Amino acid sequence: MNLHSFLLMRHELMLTGIALLILFIEIFFNEKRNHAIIPICISLFFINTVIGFLLPSHSGTLFGGMYKTGELQILMKNVLNVGVLIVLIQSVKWLKSVENIGKTNEFFIILFSALIGMNFMISSGDFLMFYLGLELATIPMAALAAYERSKNKSAEAGVKLILSAALSSGIMLYGVSMIYGMTGSIYFDDISTAFTGSYGLNALALIFFFAGMAFKISLVPFHLWTADVYEGAPINITSFLSVISKGAAVFILSIILFNVFRSVIVMWQDLIYITAAITMTVGNLFAIRQTNIKRFLAFSSIAQAGFILLGMISGNQIGMTAIIYFVLIYIFSNLGAFGVATAISNATGKETIPEYNGLYKTNPKLSLTMMLSLFSLAGIPPVAGFFGKFFLFTAAASQGFYWLVFIAVVNATISLYYYLLVVKAMFINHNDEPIAYFKSDFYTRLGLLICLVGMFVIGFASNIYEFIFHVVSKI
Amino acid sequence: MSYLNLFVIVPLLTVLAILFTKGKKNAKVISAVGMSIQLILGIALIFMYLAERKVNPAPMLFTQDNLWYQSLNIHYFIGVDAISVSMICLTCIVIFAGVFASWQVDYLPREFFISLITLSSGVFGFFISLDLFTMFLFYEIAVIPMYILIGIWGSGPREYSAMKLTLMLMSGSALILVGLVGLYFNSAPNGGAYTFNVLEIAKVHIPIEMQRFLFPFLFMGFGVLGALFPFHTWSPDGHASAPTAVSMLHAGVLMKLGGYGAFRVAMVLLPEAATQLGWIFIILTTISVIYGAFGAVVQKDLKYINAYSSVSHCGMVLLAVLMLNKTAFNGAVLQMISHGIMCALFFALIGMIYGRTHTRMIDEMGGIMKVMPFLSVCYVLGGLASLGLPGFSGFVAEMNIFVGAFQNPGTFYRVCTLISCASIVITAVYILRVIGIMLLGQVKHEEHNHLTDAHWYERISAGTLVATLLIIGLVPLWLSNMIGNSLVPIAQKFLAVIH
Repeated sequence: MNLHSFLLMRHELMLTGIALLILFIEIFFNEKRNHAIIPICISLFFINTVIGFLLPSHSGTLFGGMYKTGELQILMKNVLNVGVLIVLIQSVKWLKSVENIGKTNEFFIILFSALIGMNFMISSGDFLMFYLGLELATIPMAALAAYERSKNKSAEAGVKLILSAALSSGIMLYGVSMIYGMTGSIYFDDISTAFTGSYGLNALALIFFFAGMAFKISLVPFHLWTADVYEGAPINITSFLSVISKGAAVFILSIILFNVFRSVIVMWQDLIYITAAITMTVGNLFAIRQTNIKRFLAFSSIAQAGFILLGMISGNQIGMTAIIYFVLIYIFSNLGAFGVATAISNATGKETIPEYNGLYKTNPKLSLTMMLSLFSLAGIPPVAGFFGKFFLFTAAASQGFYWLVFIAVVNATISLYYYLLVVKAMFINHNDEPIAYFKSDFYTRLGLLICLVGMFVIGFASNIYEFIFHVVSKI
Repeated sequence: MSYLNLFVIVPLLTVLAILFTKGKKNAKVISAVGMSIQLILGIALIFMYLAERKVNPAPMLFTQDNLWYQSLNIHYFIGVDAISVSMICLTCIVIFAGVFASWQVDYLPREFFISLITLSSGVFGFFISLDLFTMFLFYEIAVIPMYILIGIWGSGPREYSAMKLTLMLMSGSALILVGLVGLYFNSAPNGGAYTFNVLEIAKVHIPIEMQRFLFPFLFMGFGVLGALFPFHTWSPDGHASAPTAVSMLHAGVLMKLGGYGAFRVAMVLLPEAATQLGWIFIILTTISVIYGAFGAVVQKDLKYINAYSSVSHCGMVLLAVLMLNKTAFNGAVLQMISHGIMCALFFALIGMIYGRTHTRMIDEMGGIMKVMPFLSVCYVLGGLASLGLPGFSGFVAEMNIFVGAFQNPGTFYRVCTLISCASIVITAVYILRVIGIMLLGQVKHEEHNHLTDAHWYERISAGTLVATLLIIGLVPLWLSNMIGNSLVPIAQKFLAVIH
């Protein structure tokens, strides 16, 4: 291992280093001084994020083509790092709570392992590495979902996650085995040239592979686990699941579709057309009925995944740029919404929308943050979500899918309805006993501030979009 | 740095100033100052425009072009012609009057003025934009604060009305978005970069099949905001529930976004489709005109009467736009200005009367003229303008529209024009009925005798609007020449398409 290969694998290696370091540091803290480990872990991860951005990004392959990286992959990993950093900051209050004493370090180690898995997945050069990364990303997540050992729902969430993940991996591996059978290789480069032809076994292989991935991104009809897991898991884990896990899976799926299945683009465009339409519609219609904020955001995130597919269907540079850009915006907006929900949940234990009635009277700043985050998710300017959605629609229209764009914008209107229901609860509805005023701690406020700044800056600063476009254009 | 930027910057600075002040009174004072500056800027713009027009024959003046998203060729491109100038001035006047009309808002006043002025900045931005992306961005900024304004400060079934209005308008913008991306990807038929630039797209010839596909999306999308039948149902509920200033701004300005957009985007950019498919929308707008007028006749609630009357008058704008000649276009723009002022005046007066009598039912009032002479006289003046009496702005506008519409040969156009003309008579019926029952006659309730006439801020609000009505009515030629100048190339384009 020389410096060059270190640079190529820096995200994974540094994270592994940090995870091991935390194990080591833990020895020096007894149970009572356990809190002190939190700022250490966060600062280590912050340094990791900064280094990830600053070091030059080269492209290259390792392990005989199993590991492949380039500017695009590094950009994706950086985007995920930013998201994880916000999640960590938002989790501090919860980690300090009484029931979590003595297992804070586990939280960091498990979470970082999941992130390492995602990084490997994004950098995979063949299906073996891809599968390894995927499992490394999924199994720790189940442990995290079941993190609150005293709660039945949390345990249930963990079991549901691991079972559905196992099932989806099985389905996907079946698809991969067919691909191997047809092309005789598991390397992406070989497959992209050998995987051609008309409908037949290759269509079946593609569908199985896509179905497996659809589980991970929770596309309809493979979304059934999502709401239960999101509701049962601790709210910080839910935000990680809905933003980071989903983002990583979207990234690798678009890389594979764009590069490996390039030659059968017509085939997967049909597949995505149908899935996108169903996912957006079902996700939205179910979200309307939800009263628990976590379930509500779960269905909203299903619908958002449907919108992301609009970028994927284009199969071109505009689409790839729009996907990365949207995921970046989605991280800030969704974590903004989750951040407020987390703060309220930690302070009062309230997690349903009717309990938010009259929140603006007592906690105006939290309500405003929530409103702007929801507007960003709904795609209302001037917050960044508008730009993200607009470019996704543009990407789909670039290939002439005007009716799909129409379905999507109608769905955006439906989604506005239920986001406005929350806004209505906070601003318009009266409540004799609203959630009392509470002062959030430093970390919560910092987390929300980052989200707000992100939502306002990313949209108007076209440089970010141009940078992503520039990176995408190189592949 | 173009002068036009100020129209977006001043409202934003006003909003920021309100954000950083405390106290209930400060919010309205700051808004009043900000919007007075805006009004002065607007009036100055007319004279600057006229002076510049003499020396500069370019289609758009005071342009500024900044590249924003390079790879998608999205620009921040602004500029005005006479149509936008008149719309900007209309907005300045209505928002100025609106701030004074809401002087008495004492429930969360800061939030109220922030939302109101944010909304107005969206409207100003929309009228100065020449890039479809920026235009759409500002359009959405103008729509969404409406939900909060109606939901929090409204009356009656405000939550229902606010949601209905927001969702219908957003569905409209959904249609528009499809049209916009469609235009974008057809803006470079001969290769080269795609563009959202209105002027550039107007130069290219979009394939006719594509035009036929996109035209209904764009015209209907903007038509929703312009209260096109059958998408007008948000308007009566929304206006009736909205607080005074919001009704004013909405009927006075926001509905004009629909007419303006339908003209500038749907018609001008897709001329062939407009000539071929126009008949469908002529039928719909004729229905709007007549249906709105009849709807107003049977209503008993003052706000509903005016909301239906708006549907009728805005229908006339869309009808005139579809008639494809210069006289009718000119009438459409004049009608937008005239209706904007008139409708804002009505809603302001209704709000002021309601604030005193606590009822909007015309049956329950009577003899208001004796109790509140100032408000009543203003109402009569507005009413006269609305039924198109010579000497007021309404006459000039409707005259142009119907003369222009009648210039079209063909039985179909003639019949639609005649049917729409009938609305003038119906308008007279509902206007005179309200004046007769509510303003004249005996005072019906003893307690109404003790009510006061307008306060100073209400006089400013109503006085500004009445003065504008009279000015436009007395010097119509000056205004119509200014507008007509900008319409010549557009009318010629349609003439070429028809033949």
